[in-house]
Amino acid sequence: MDHPIVTVLIAMLGGAIRVSTPFMFVALGETLTEKSGRINLGLEGTLVLGAMVAYATSYLSGNPWLGVLAAGGAGVILGGLHGYICKLPKVNDIAVGIAFMSFGTGLAFFFGKPFIQPSAPHLDSIHLGDWTGNPALAQALEVNPLFFVGIGLAIAMAWALKNTKWGLIVRMAGDSAAAAKAMGVSVDLVRFLATAAGGFMAGIGGAFLSLYYPGIWNQGLSSGQGLMAVALVIFARWDPIRCIIAALLFGAAGAIGPSLQAIGITQGYYFFNAAPYILTLVIMILSAGSKGAAREAPGELSITK
Amino acid sequence: MPFNNLSRRTLLKAGAATLASVALPFGIARAQTAVILGIVYVGPKDDFGWNQAHAVSVGTLKALPGITVVEEENVPETDAVSKSMESMINLDGANLILATSFGYYNPFVVDLAKKYPDVQFRHAAPLWNKDKDPANAGSYFPYLNQAHYVDGVAAGLSSKTGKIGFVAAKPIPSVLSNINSVLLGARSVNPAATVQVIVTGDWSLPVREAEATNALVDAGCEVITCHVDSPKVVIQTAEGRGVKTCGHNASQAPLAPTGFITGAEYKWETIYKSYADDIAAGTPLPNFLVGGYNNDMLRNTAYGAGATPEAIKAADAAIEALKGGFKIYTGTLKDNKGNVVVDKDYDNYDPYLDGMGWLLEGVQGSTT
Repeated sequence: MDHPIVTVLIAMLGGAIRVSTPFMFVALGETLTEKSGRINLGLEGTLVLGAMVAYATSYLSGNPWLGVLAAGGAGVILGGLHGYICKLPKVNDIAVGIAFMSFGTGLAFFFGKPFIQPSAPHLDSIHLGDWTGNPALAQALEVNPLFFVGIGLAIAMAWALKNTKWGLIVRMAGDSAAAAKAMGVSVDLVRFLATAAGGFMAGIGGAFLSLYYPGIWNQGLSSGQGLMAVALVIFARWDPIRCIIAALLFGAAGAIGPSLQAIGITQGYYFFNAAPYILTLVIMILSAGSKGAAREAPGELSITK
Repeated sequence: MPFNNLSRRTLLKAGAATLASVALPFGIARAQTAVILGIVYVGPKDDFGWNQAHAVSVGTLKALPGITVVEEENVPETDAVSKSMESMINLDGANLILATSFGYYNPFVVDLAKKYPDVQFRHAAPLWNKDKDPANAGSYFPYLNQAHYVDGVAAGLSSKTGKIGFVAAKPIPSVLSNINSVLLGARSVNPAATVQVIVTGDWSLPVREAEATNALVDAGCEVITCHVDSPKVVIQTAEGRGVKTCGHNASQAPLAPTGFITGAEYKWETIYKSYADDIAAGTPLPNFLVGGYNNDMLRNTAYGAGATPEAIKAADAAIEALKGGFKIYTGTLKDNKGNVVVDKDYDNYDPYLDGMGWLLEGVQGSTT
């Protein structure tokens, strides 16, 4: 075997690629929603429901990609409901989000019962590392197509928010509802569509969990990943490209705990397992002090008002 | 009973009993021999793990004459379990309640046992205390580490290097004993065998279990086994990486058609059947029932494609030895920090082993 540090680095690379995708999709969905001026904390519920729907659809139809699509559809429904309820007067989007978190997970547990035991067809991966001749590296470079879809989506989103009319309208709804109304834009409609689209992405993140990695459906599948991804959006300052970097960093840090134990550093695993959270906190503290940080937050968010 | 403590169910029960004594004189005679068994699970019955192991055993009881089984799953370790058990007693007439999750015992099982002295309560962890707890409550528990020892024997002979990886949930005595038993089993056939442990930190963390399995495979482990609530992720991930696997809690053989060797399984039906027989015969149930291979409370999963012929032979021999009282922790054994932790031959049920806080030399891992 290679040098221990190489082993850990390969594990971190593999972890970044394997674990990051659900964070990526949820964070991108939340970025779009928050850019339009709403917060949807319910994406944890969307992620879990998406995972369940994807697994069930893949099992019943035999086609995992149909499962991915169905998960996105479930996300659209949850996101759309959130978007619709939040436009009613005097409704707080954070409270509705928390309700949707419980609603989504509850719904998934209720309907997901018969699908815990069966094995559904999984998504295939692309083998990018077979030429290396190193089994660990080859495994780390086994990449699911959704990973590339996520990166492509982030680039497209970053470009569209900056350079297209639609992007401008979303940002305007998020930064100043009054200005958007003066321009004749229906702020509620923009936010409704942005929340539904955000739900679509979070649902696909769930499909990755149940159909690729770890590739099962059970009630402990997400264990809070959807919530962490929402937090990553603040960490990434509402920038799709930085969402990708944050998700990769988070995935890599998550691989530190198990891989350190694998090379023989066995003491203190509770501490190393907490590495992703510690890392996030440290970077947040280091970066939050700057004046630029405050400017990047959408002005209409209820947390910044 | 003070009037303000009279619950709706107590009232209903009193009413029903009055009615029954008037209208159905033979109903009571029938109730004395029939076993109505109520069983409560903490999770889904089909989790490929702990709950499934119980449910499968109860399934074999259903076929026996004179037994009615009432089940409820996903009952949290809260007041909810009291309600489930009470409705089994009052509405279904259960005369034996099996509470299968650790946290059900105190206060829920203890309190209900005091309230319903005619109903027998048994709980699946060695917690019953004869000085403090009601006489109609009790504990039952098989020592799974004996079956993990057999896993170790089979794994040691089914791999070239004897490097075994173990994904562990928490460093508590029952988990540590399973790890140590895998090592001792493997060392009995391959003195160079080692066990490498990765602790995930909780009973069900699917993503980290998958990461841990990948890390163990990357570190060169040829066989992967585990002690987590639902081993589906570990077995599936290891099979995907092309290494062999040993199961835990229930049969995971269908998940690993090429690499499955064998697995450690509880045989709860031995206990459940003996309870049912005792009730049918009118003899009191034992309050404290523990065991292992010597009294038919364990089994190993049928050998899979990953087991070599020598491994099958040696594992079968190990099972026979355990049935005959073979002791696992014997002689002088050091832990992986160099301290002597075993200095004599311990019986497999010795209380000293219940408090195990060490990993043996040959295990790469830590208890903190």
